[in-house]
Amino acid sequence: MRDIFRGFGAVFYKETLHVRRDFGTLFFSLIIPLLQMLLLGYGIDTNIRQINTVVFNADGRQESRELLDRLKNSDTFRIRRYVNSDHEMNDMIIAGKARVGIKIPVDYSDKLLHQMSAQVLVLIDGSDSTVAGQAINVTTAIGLDESLRRALVNNETFAVDMRPKLLFNPDSRSPNFFLPGLTAILLLNVTTFLTAFSIVREKERGTLEQLFVTPVKPMGLLLGKLLPYLGIGFFELILILTFMRFVFHVPIHGSVFLLAFLSLPYIFVSLSLGILISSKANSQSEAMQLAFLTILPSIFFSGYIFPRETMPNFFYVLSYFVPATYFINITRGVILRGAGIVHLWPDALALFAMGTFLLVIAARRFQNKVIVA
Amino acid sequence: MPKSPGKTTRDVQRNGGTEAPDPAISARGLVRKFGDFTAVNDVSFTVARGEIFGFLGPNGSGKTTVIKLLTGLLPLSGGEASVEGLNVRTDSERVRERIGYMSQNFSLYPDLTVTENLTFYGRIYGLNPERLKKRIDDVVQMNGLGPYLNRLAAQLSGGWKQRLALGCAMLHEPKLLFLDEPTAGIDPVARRQLWDLLFDLSGHGVTFFVTTHYMDEAERCSHVAYIYYGKLIADGTPNSLRELPDVTPAGTMRVEITTPEVTRALKIARGIPGIRSATIFGQSIHALIEDHFDLDDLRGQLLQQGIAVAEIRPLAPSLEDVFVELTYKNQANGASETEARRA
Repeated sequence: MRDIFRGFGAVFYKETLHVRRDFGTLFFSLIIPLLQMLLLGYGIDTNIRQINTVVFNADGRQESRELLDRLKNSDTFRIRRYVNSDHEMNDMIIAGKARVGIKIPVDYSDKLLHQMSAQVLVLIDGSDSTVAGQAINVTTAIGLDESLRRALVNNETFAVDMRPKLLFNPDSRSPNFFLPGLTAILLLNVTTFLTAFSIVREKERGTLEQLFVTPVKPMGLLLGKLLPYLGIGFFELILILTFMRFVFHVPIHGSVFLLAFLSLPYIFVSLSLGILISSKANSQSEAMQLAFLTILPSIFFSGYIFPRETMPNFFYVLSYFVPATYFINITRGVILRGAGIVHLWPDALALFAMGTFLLVIAARRFQNKVIVA
Repeated sequence: MPKSPGKTTRDVQRNGGTEAPDPAISARGLVRKFGDFTAVNDVSFTVARGEIFGFLGPNGSGKTTVIKLLTGLLPLSGGEASVEGLNVRTDSERVRERIGYMSQNFSLYPDLTVTENLTFYGRIYGLNPERLKKRIDDVVQMNGLGPYLNRLAAQLSGGWKQRLALGCAMLHEPKLLFLDEPTAGIDPVARRQLWDLLFDLSGHGVTFFVTTHYMDEAERCSHVAYIYYGKLIADGTPNSLRELPDVTPAGTMRVEITTPEVTRALKIARGIPGIRSATIFGQSIHALIEDHFDLDDLRGQLLQQGIAVAEIRPLAPSLEDVFVELTYKNQANGASETEARRA
């Protein structure tokens, strides 16, 4: 048993020396994710507010102005300009200066007065689907609300009263939703790159070949390389979480210790992935490209930006093979929903299984020396 | 207690059985193919214990590949090899415990100090702390690394890097060391010192497998072999190779013609019938002539053409002559279509 890990101690010793010697690189690889977090955390707001809107109010009377006020107060629309023709309104939208155009016809107030149906034209730029969706929802809701108010004269109550309540993130704060996911991506970034580079560097120097002439075992070599970076990855996680909690004030509803514990299998997967990449790549630039190849799916198919449920079947299945999928579920689970080990153990198990699988494949590739031939 | 003596007897018997020691390396019909390309083609040789075995050949002729086959870095496509009595195919792991290997580019960690490099390699071979310390002291003393212990490997000059690499390769006291072009890019003094060290160790029973380009280094080896595009075309002691009939064909002899005007003399000499080949060596010309030639007659012919000759004397072929002749002969035999570089 001791034998299959032969050389572990020596490699671990050497690797910690490398890390200590090259403190500058380490420092930057730890700091840059925090800067990225700062940029993304402040810069991205997934709530759609203040959509640029152009209004052609042909009616102009009391009722029409009331309607516009309600639209403004929804916080969804921001009226950039009032125009006096269909033509001008269209122009504004085509030029991209407004995404929504609202036209209130001349007879709007008259129709309301005569208890007839008054129509309001809402033109929406469909080139950004999330903005368009939000615009449709809000305008429809305001229309419905307005109609009901007029229909229910004597303080009658609604027949059906829907009371939606946002759990876990009552204010719909973007950082709360965004940063737990970002944690997974940043962590993957750091750990995969660091390990892949540390092995590819040995290939470039020829020291890997030298190691293969010694009795060191692939598992000893790989684990010796992996463990120091597991430590670094873990430290990075703590940094990111501290930042998230105290700079962006994202409350952690669940147990921090659980989160830290469950991050270990994820860091393990990222490191194994880095090792697998290094078994394929022969230079640092090649390693860099392969590493990027793993990062894009982690961003797009993990549910970090787009919900997995709306993906086409193929990609939905694919998302099960992306480690970040499980870890994002873990981070959002613990941080936002206060989930416990009972809810999250399948994700942790999946990560652990993936990590082991990748590491075994990598070790086999090193065993067969596919890489030196 | 009764168990112990019995075991000892058996050990003695076993040792007795292998009284005639295995050769350090025995290669029989080594073949290595990369796709359609045969990099090593039916190579056989034996290296006895304690020898300094010089493995020579042009660039890309398969020297490093043979080392990789013997150290288990590359699997054999054919043939059998045993190293330190162990089969390379089946026992490569134990082979690796017993050999040292120093690659062309001195595989050191530039960001680690001399001591740290040594410690790392020592621990890789599983030396316990006590033995590690003692071995590091020994190796440092042997290689004169004392003043540089805390210097980063990156800051060492070529010669010191080479010594450190050699030190790393011999920490675990291997009985067989593979040195792949150990003196490439090293200054002459460092080269000389390295060879002194090799002789010293070889005197203590360590076997060396050394590849090199330098003919003067080949002359120092106790056993040399020459590989030419994957095929072994010479194998023996330097002296036995000099006496090969292919090198000095029947009816010919080698002479050294010393003259102040080598360039012009060479042109003229090549025109004289009976001189088979001629090359410049510093202030003299080495020529292969037909042995019916009288040396005074040759001197006369050169003088007639206005060449002052200081001395003409018979000469034993150098190893360079040997390898050049063998290479030409192989080319003539169509052993390889690839054009050989003239030495």
